[in-house]
Amino acid sequence: MTSLEISKLMPLIVVLLTPMVVMLYIAVKRNHFITMLLSVLGLLIALALIPATRLVPVTRIGSLLIIDNYALFYFSLIFLAAIFILVPSYSYLEKRFGGNKEEYYLLILTATLGSAILAASSHFATFFLGLEILSVSLYALIAYLRQTNEGIEAAVKYLILAAASSAFLVFGMALVYSQTGTMSFSGVTDFLSKAADYNLILVAGIAMMVVGFGFKMALVPFHMWSPDVYQGAPAPVSAFIASVSKGGILALLFRFFAQYDIVQSKPLFIIFGGLAVLSMFGGNLLALMQKNVKRLLAYSSIAHFGYILTAFIAGNHNARFTGAGAATFYIVTYFITIIGAFIIVGVLSSKEREAFARSDYKGMYWRHPWLSVAFSAMLFSLAGIPLTAGFIGKYYVLSTGIGNGLWWLVVIMIINSALGVYYYLRVIVEMFSSADEEKTDLQASVRVGLMTGIALALLTIALVWLGVYPTGVISAIKTSMLMF
Amino acid sequence: MTLTFLFAWLLFGGLVAWLSGKWSKNAPRWISIFVLTVHLVVTIRLWISYLAHNGFGLKTGQWFLTEKAAWIPQWGISYFLAIDGLSILLLVLTSFLGLLAVACSWKGIQTKVGFFHFNLLWILAGISGVFMALDLFLFYFFWEIMLIPLYFLIGIWGHSNRIYATLKFFIFTQASGLFMLISILGLFFIHGHNTGHYTFNYLELIGTSVSPKIAFWLMLGFFLGFGVKLPVVPVHTWLPDAHTEAPTAGSVVLAGLVLKAGAYGFIRFLMPLFPQAGKEFATVAMVLGIIGIIYAAIVAFAQTDLKRLVAYTSVSHMGFVLLGIFAWNQLALQGAMMIIISHALSTGALFILVGDLYDRLHTRDMDKLGGLWDVVPRFGGFGMVFAMASLGLPGLANFVGEILVLMGVFQVNVVIASLATLGFIAATIYSLWMIQRTFFGKNKNNYTVPDATPREIGILGALVVTLVWLGLFPNTVLKTSKNAFHHLQEIVNRSAYKQTEQLQIGPEGLQPQSNKSQSVSGSNYGDMK
Repeated sequence: MTSLEISKLMPLIVVLLTPMVVMLYIAVKRNHFITMLLSVLGLLIALALIPATRLVPVTRIGSLLIIDNYALFYFSLIFLAAIFILVPSYSYLEKRFGGNKEEYYLLILTATLGSAILAASSHFATFFLGLEILSVSLYALIAYLRQTNEGIEAAVKYLILAAASSAFLVFGMALVYSQTGTMSFSGVTDFLSKAADYNLILVAGIAMMVVGFGFKMALVPFHMWSPDVYQGAPAPVSAFIASVSKGGILALLFRFFAQYDIVQSKPLFIIFGGLAVLSMFGGNLLALMQKNVKRLLAYSSIAHFGYILTAFIAGNHNARFTGAGAATFYIVTYFITIIGAFIIVGVLSSKEREAFARSDYKGMYWRHPWLSVAFSAMLFSLAGIPLTAGFIGKYYVLSTGIGNGLWWLVVIMIINSALGVYYYLRVIVEMFSSADEEKTDLQASVRVGLMTGIALALLTIALVWLGVYPTGVISAIKTSMLMF
Repeated sequence: MTLTFLFAWLLFGGLVAWLSGKWSKNAPRWISIFVLTVHLVVTIRLWISYLAHNGFGLKTGQWFLTEKAAWIPQWGISYFLAIDGLSILLLVLTSFLGLLAVACSWKGIQTKVGFFHFNLLWILAGISGVFMALDLFLFYFFWEIMLIPLYFLIGIWGHSNRIYATLKFFIFTQASGLFMLISILGLFFIHGHNTGHYTFNYLELIGTSVSPKIAFWLMLGFFLGFGVKLPVVPVHTWLPDAHTEAPTAGSVVLAGLVLKAGAYGFIRFLMPLFPQAGKEFATVAMVLGIIGIIYAAIVAFAQTDLKRLVAYTSVSHMGFVLLGIFAWNQLALQGAMMIIISHALSTGALFILVGDLYDRLHTRDMDKLGGLWDVVPRFGGFGMVFAMASLGLPGLANFVGEILVLMGVFQVNVVIASLATLGFIAATIYSLWMIQRTFFGKNKNNYTVPDATPREIGILGALVVTLVWLGLFPNTVLKTSKNAFHHLQEIVNRSAYKQTEQLQIGPEGLQPQSNKSQSVSGSNYGDMK
């Protein structure tokens, strides 16, 4: 390995070293605050290295990893998201957990590493490696609050289903390998586009891989785990699963199919189109019934990945509106909103329980105006209302769909947006209605710490900024998508 | 900078009013009054300078004031504001009604005063933006921005069934807006595909050649977006609910401005962008207008809730506006403009009156009301004037608008014009019925409440003066909008002609007919002047 390659790998190496340093520090002395600080510092260093790394003139690291601008863009996104999840986790853990808090940060860091590897992988081996680093860390993270039954239940559920889906994925990879003779992504897609017709084994292999993808991104009909896990896991971990974990897979999916035209390939178009439609309708219709805010966010996240799939299917033909660009922009806005929303859920939680019921938010505006304004902004963004980033994201996806002639998907997306508005607004209505003075005990004890407050303020500002003036981020994404 | 100021000043003022709510209850009120007074002064200044000089000399494609800057250049989106006579009138209306909305909620709103005025000012900002934006994306942006504060306004300060009403209102308007967005995007891509230049600029998108079949669907998306706002009858059901539950200021803004944004959209965007499809659809739209006029009038007559009655009369009046717009000749358009303004004033006045009565009596049920003339004679007098305005009594502004629309429609379709006159009769019946049941008859519950205060007399008096002024001297308004309508008609005729020529399949009958109606309307207009 040359020194150039090593310097290109620096962000990953730093993220790998950080948990080791943290581990050593824990061995010497347990201090919750310093552990958090060290983890955030490690991620910040990795983030600061990214601009310098862009200049290093190699992209392929062996045949396993590819660190181009696209991967680096996702690195920055993943690291930033992890920082914004770690900082509020501090006060969350202080409030809700009596045991050892320090290992939580280790696990988040390794999971972040796994997700980053996914974004940079170009080979089945690294794909699987990244995925397992991510998943194994998540098993422990979901059950981190050991005193809660829901946590344990959610972790077991996730463990069994994730293991099963990994098995599908690996078996699918093996079948594909047996036919194509290669495990690198570009080799596989080359084979797919050249092959005149696919034999059964290849189709079965791809189908099994799609099941794996579908499970990790919680697409209908592979979504059963997600509401339970979101509900049972600690709020910051739910945020992590909804953002970093899904984002890594998505980055990989885009890289895998970068050169491949989904619309032209009938079977894949039907598979992904079907998944998108099912996810949009499934997520939104199920969310309509929810009174539990965490489950609601889980279902809405399913629907949002349906929207993202629409952009994915549209592909990259229309140079002005590339599917990958639209989806990446959407992911950025979605990260901001979903992390912000879960931070607020965490802030409202008490020692005994999390603020999951919609009635917990009743009249919140009159007690915590800033917190409710931030939460409303997040929910408006998820609903795709102008002035928020979510609107620009949705607009980008819509225009990509129309630009590539996917009218029926676009109309379905519009119908679903209208459905979505309904349940997001219900939560907002609850916040702005008059409070019953005695009933809501959760809100009385809320204290927004300084760091959490800053994180929330930054997210809200970013949300409005992207909603009003997205030019900078759009061009940043465009330059990162040059590989397509 | 003036145009940016017109909406940014309201956004800024809204924030200040919100924050000042912490210190005192009166601070947001006075701040809003100040902000809106400045807004009114600026818009009237624009109007005067339009009337005083260069306004009339503008040629087609020229604007009284424009502002343009890049916004999201990657997507061909620019920050493009411009005004002509039409926009100026609506902007003046916006600040005037805004001022009255603040004044009429002076006593009625006692909780969360700061946030209330924030919402009110942001609605007005969004509406001001809608009346100025000439970039379709920017237009959509403003179009949606006004929804959220309006949603809060009804959802927080509304009456008992407000949650249902707000959700219904929001989903109707949001979903219809998204269909309009699809149409905007469709047009954007077709234009980009044809010319290689991707832009949302309204002036460049005019005259895009779209095949008739696609043009119809795109036009339908716009029709849905504007039609739900206006509202056109099958999709009007959100309006009575929203009005009934809204606080007085919300109703004033809703009836006076939000509905007008729909009418403005038809005039400014739907017809110029899809001249051929719009004209082919005109008969359907006018039939919908007729159905709206008559159906809503009948339903209004059946109401026992005073506010709901007024809400249905809104739907009925908006039917006239729809007729006027789709008749698309100078007379009818001028009439529609006149109704837009007069209806905003008279219905706003009725809502304020109903709100004042409700504050005193705590009921709007006409079965319980009656004989109030003896108790509150001042309100009775005002109510009578506004009811007369609403039924179209000559001498008041509404009459001018409705008669112009009828004359304009008559040139296009005699049957529809004759049916529309039924609307006059129906309006007379429900207006008098409303006055009869509220102010005359027997005071069954022996209400004794104080009569109008000086503040209330001031608000209602200002509205009466404006209604009479516009009823007697409508030319001030007509002069201002004439040029704008003329340009819009020219644009439509020219691009309709161009499309017919290019596609070789346009119906031949339309062209001479529209030319004829235009020349006729021109001469009639000259007589009036």
